[in-house]
Amino acid sequence: MKRPVSIIASLLLLCQYASADGIPEPRRYELLNLLKHDCGSCHGLSLKGGLGPPLTPTQLQGKPLDFLTATILYGRTGTPMPPWRPFLSDAEAEWLAKRIKRGVQ
Amino acid sequence: MRVGLITLILLLTASPWLNATQLRGTGDLGVVVERADGSLQVIETTGNTILGRIEGLGDLSHASAVFSRDERFAYLFGRDGGLTKVDILRQTIVNRVVQSGNSIGGAISQDGRLVAVSNYEPGGVRIFDADSLELVADIPATYGDGKQSKVVGLVDAPGNQFIFSLWDAGEIWVVDMDEAAKPVVRKFKEIGLQPYDALITPDGRYYIAGLYGEDGLALLDLWNPQQGVRRILNDYGKGQQKLPVYKMPHLEGWALAGRHLFIPAVGQHQVLVVDTDSWREVGRLDVHGQPVFVMARPDGRQVWVNFAFPKNDTLQVIDTQSLKLVTTLHPGKGVLHMEFEPRGEEIWVSVRDIDRLQVYDTATFTRRAEWPVLKPSGIFLTSRAHQIGL
Repeated sequence: MKRPVSIIASLLLLCQYASADGIPEPRRYELLNLLKHDCGSCHGLSLKGGLGPPLTPTQLQGKPLDFLTATILYGRTGTPMPPWRPFLSDAEAEWLAKRIKRGVQ
Repeated sequence: MRVGLITLILLLTASPWLNATQLRGTGDLGVVVERADGSLQVIETTGNTILGRIEGLGDLSHASAVFSRDERFAYLFGRDGGLTKVDILRQTIVNRVVQSGNSIGGAISQDGRLVAVSNYEPGGVRIFDADSLELVADIPATYGDGKQSKVVGLVDAPGNQFIFSLWDAGEIWVVDMDEAAKPVVRKFKEIGLQPYDALITPDGRYYIAGLYGEDGLALLDLWNPQQGVRRILNDYGKGQQKLPVYKMPHLEGWALAGRHLFIPAVGQHQVLVVDTDSWREVGRLDVHGQPVFVMARPDGRQVWVNFAFPKNDTLQVIDTQSLKLVTTLHPGKGVLHMEFEPRGEEIWVSVRDIDRLQVYDTATFTRRAEWPVLKPSGIFLTSRAHQIGL
């Protein structure tokens, strides 16, 4: 009787851990750290812009999610924006694009 | 006897009070930016310790500092446009103005009376009274048909001048502040695409802007400004595929060793060696990744290099005489900045991702000290107060 309960409990835990996006919590933490500090070295720590443009929800209004995801993955030729594909999966880039659109912090 | 002991204990436990009233110089002090928390750690380099923390400086991502000539006050330039004057001895904020929406760096004038801030938004330079932080001059970086450019590579130069570069416009401007009320601006146009940062040689003679948009650097001889800006190292990337750049290199913190200038190659895993007589490339060194800071030890014998993401866990040391790699260190993920002590026997290193500030011996490369500091970035020692361009 005790067993199924603990299995359900651990399954629930696992769901929470992996989340709906399939990105585990520790990785999400890493991605947010990357966003803040490494994207932030051009776009500003709070993403309000630097040498690169601001990445605030207002600024990105009307920019489709696919466009943002592709920009993260492949960069923008003719600008200093580099491709982050060597370090991110498609799902991770999309997750980041969603987070940026929604506003971080 | 007993009274004596009690007095001794009281004296010992009251030592913080003693410290606060003790006379102390500032020549061995410095500040370390905690970029995510908007705070500073005050450090001292004689015993390699942390003296205290100053909070409330706003957004300090990409923050830098200059010092008053008495080495008591630091001026911090924050990303949020904040200009903060800090008393290092008292560890307090003396004054703070938010002077723009988005700023990138600053400089202090030769006479120590003016502090200039370079801004991204609105693009330009604002100059303040170093004492009161009151606005003295506002110089918008207007170009073309009224657009405003982001400003980078702001330095001070002899003759109470400030020099900076316009990222969007590709120009270098020299501002003469001899008469503070009437700044005289001299513009040098078409210097190259997207100057990303600049340096001034320690003698204050040459201003060199690195270009992101094309290969090469723009050189201005301040002893002969009438000769205009000249392009050097025009084709250092020729025939090579430029790699994506995950962090813009820095030129601040010049790396002049003897007659050789060491500079990061943009988009290459290389450091360029330039002869400062002929201004030609005399060598290039293959390094671990894309260099961010290339800094010469004060005696010029070594050059230390850190790298852009994803290779930012490493430091390399180059011997400037043989141009050979001396050693490779692995301080941890996120090596953001280094600062030599004034005579070069030790170097302080910020390691962001592991929240550590480290001190290395530059002869043996052993770690002398390590302190927990939250997301450390820029390290600035008071000895900068007496260096042209810093």
